[in-house]
Amino acid sequence: MHIPDGYLSPATCAALYGTAAPFWYVALRKTRKLLFTRLVPLISVFAAFSFVIMMFNVPIPGGTTAHPLGVGIASIVLGPWASILALSTALFIQAFFFGDGGVTTLGANCFNMAIVGSLVAWLVYRAVAGRSAITSSRRVVAAALGGYLAINCAALCAAVELGLQPHFFKSATGAPLYAPYPLGITVPAIMIGHLTFAGLAELVVTGGIVAYLQRANPALLRFTAPGAPMPHDEGQPAATSGWRATKPLWTAVGLLMILAPLGLLAAGKAWGEWTVHDFSNAAARQKIAQVSRNVAPPAAAPSGLERLATVWTAPFPDYSPSFVHSAALGYILSAMFGIGAIILLSILGDWIAHKVRPGPSRASARTEET
Amino acid sequence: MGAKHSGKRGFLERTTSSFVDAMEHAFYAERTARVDGLLQRIDPRVKLVGILALVVPAAASHSFAVILGLFAIAVVLAALSHVSFGVLLKRVWIAVLLFTGVIALPAPFVTPGKVVYHLPWLGWSVTAQGLTSAGYLVLRVETAATLCVLLVLTTPWTHVLKALRVLRVPAVLVTILGMTYRYLFLVLQSAHDMFESRRSRMIGELTASERRRVAASSAGVLMSKTFDLSNDVYEAMLSRGYRGEVAILDEFRIGRLDWAMLSAFALVSIAAFWLGR
Repeated sequence: MHIPDGYLSPATCAALYGTAAPFWYVALRKTRKLLFTRLVPLISVFAAFSFVIMMFNVPIPGGTTAHPLGVGIASIVLGPWASILALSTALFIQAFFFGDGGVTTLGANCFNMAIVGSLVAWLVYRAVAGRSAITSSRRVVAAALGGYLAINCAALCAAVELGLQPHFFKSATGAPLYAPYPLGITVPAIMIGHLTFAGLAELVVTGGIVAYLQRANPALLRFTAPGAPMPHDEGQPAATSGWRATKPLWTAVGLLMILAPLGLLAAGKAWGEWTVHDFSNAAARQKIAQVSRNVAPPAAAPSGLERLATVWTAPFPDYSPSFVHSAALGYILSAMFGIGAIILLSILGDWIAHKVRPGPSRASARTEET
Repeated sequence: MGAKHSGKRGFLERTTSSFVDAMEHAFYAERTARVDGLLQRIDPRVKLVGILALVVPAAASHSFAVILGLFAIAVVLAALSHVSFGVLLKRVWIAVLLFTGVIALPAPFVTPGKVVYHLPWLGWSVTAQGLTSAGYLVLRVETAATLCVLLVLTTPWTHVLKALRVLRVPAVLVTILGMTYRYLFLVLQSAHDMFESRRSRMIGELTASERRRVAASSAGVLMSKTFDLSNDVYEAMLSRGYRGEVAILDEFRIGRLDWAMLSAFALVSIAAFWLGR
């Protein structure tokens, strides 16, 4: 995802440096106020850590390995503003010293990975983890989800930046001057890799580090969760929670993500999912009859269906947001949003259920605390 | 996950070798920065501004000739600074070709435009616009990458950072960058040692989930170590009188050669902008 020099037009680079600048300014001011004299040593050493994390080869399900970005864990441990500074520092050294990512595109890379990544990871982590205990397994899920969504949002930003190039910057003969592929190619090409490999690497690392810190060094998780209850006896509650407890959930999510694009291959419509228009279309009528044991559909659309059809217009009609022109891409994006929404809802439901009726594990944890 | 061949490198080996690569890169850069060559002799501030002044027109130009010209200048600068072509070939030219070349490969087939050639058998059509576009991309990336590598290979990193003050980068950030670079190698070394010691104690293959747990736990241990390190550094700084203000010594002098090179860089940059409009 590190965009090298030459892929983005100077105008895009300048615009993204300009967009990143206020974030850097606010991050520096906020962090300085919070850390004061600790700022320099903490950010420097953490930036060095982020740099090294990016070199890890993380084994992901399926037998391959991928490099994580480490933005999720940085945001969870340091908070979003310090994370922006640490990640930007690491990206600067990668660009200037190791030639990984361009110098003119540094603003774009920092915007995508350090700024968007840190903010998304932090928001998701805070929202999903809520006020759960430091050693709660919900924090592991929150962290893993935060890392996964952060890297995917960053990748989506990069894909859009690259995909906009041929629309705006062409030579007199119409040849693209910079990155040559339009949005319809860049978004699926980049997102497929990040929704699967890179996203999973980030998920494993972020969730895994939080699960490890819960066992070994829960104090590091305190900073971004000030009100969260700490374990009374370290190691005791963590033994049952953590990475392992959430394994079935992740298996299901992974399976869903892998299976989602299969929907593209399935032709035709699911039985009963007909629209008002299908009733007036001859070809569609024939198909409905065919799959309904040759029972002919009514001549006109049922009046109830007709009336209700206009009540709710989905944000992504036919799994394709209106601004996306490629059906395949729209489908994948919709799958991503859908899975995210399902996970959030199930976590929310779980949380409400706990609030209403404290489970035995929670009740015993409470008595331990007191 | 599946049967592992004995020759296949696991994630521990691959991670350790990328640590070693990073360290080697740094040692090599330190060595070439001490050689007596043209770029090594000029003031880091002039070099930083001058090289950036060449990278920007390489990224902006609308003309092949101009980008090729800038590439030629980079090659001449490399020769005058005794940077080996073998290293440039391996680390930059081939590396860029492998990455960007592969990305640019489909461009001639998918870019709409005037068809100039049909691939036999497959029947895919190659467009002039697509070829131009792929050419621009590869050439731009090669030129910019060569120039950036020259800056790093001919300048000690601490000097590159101090030179950033010319670009009005705040002193705090320059200090953070300097310290990051300093501690980068310490963190790299401890990560390397952790992975090496892990490897030396392993007699069989790890299962997939064990491998993931090792990776995540190693990262967690490294993070705890990092925090301890930052506390130690902080206390060491306090004990030496650090009170939150940063001052950077600015010991560079601009001589006659620097002025000459600065004007040369400026001239080439302006010419490249003007010709490549």
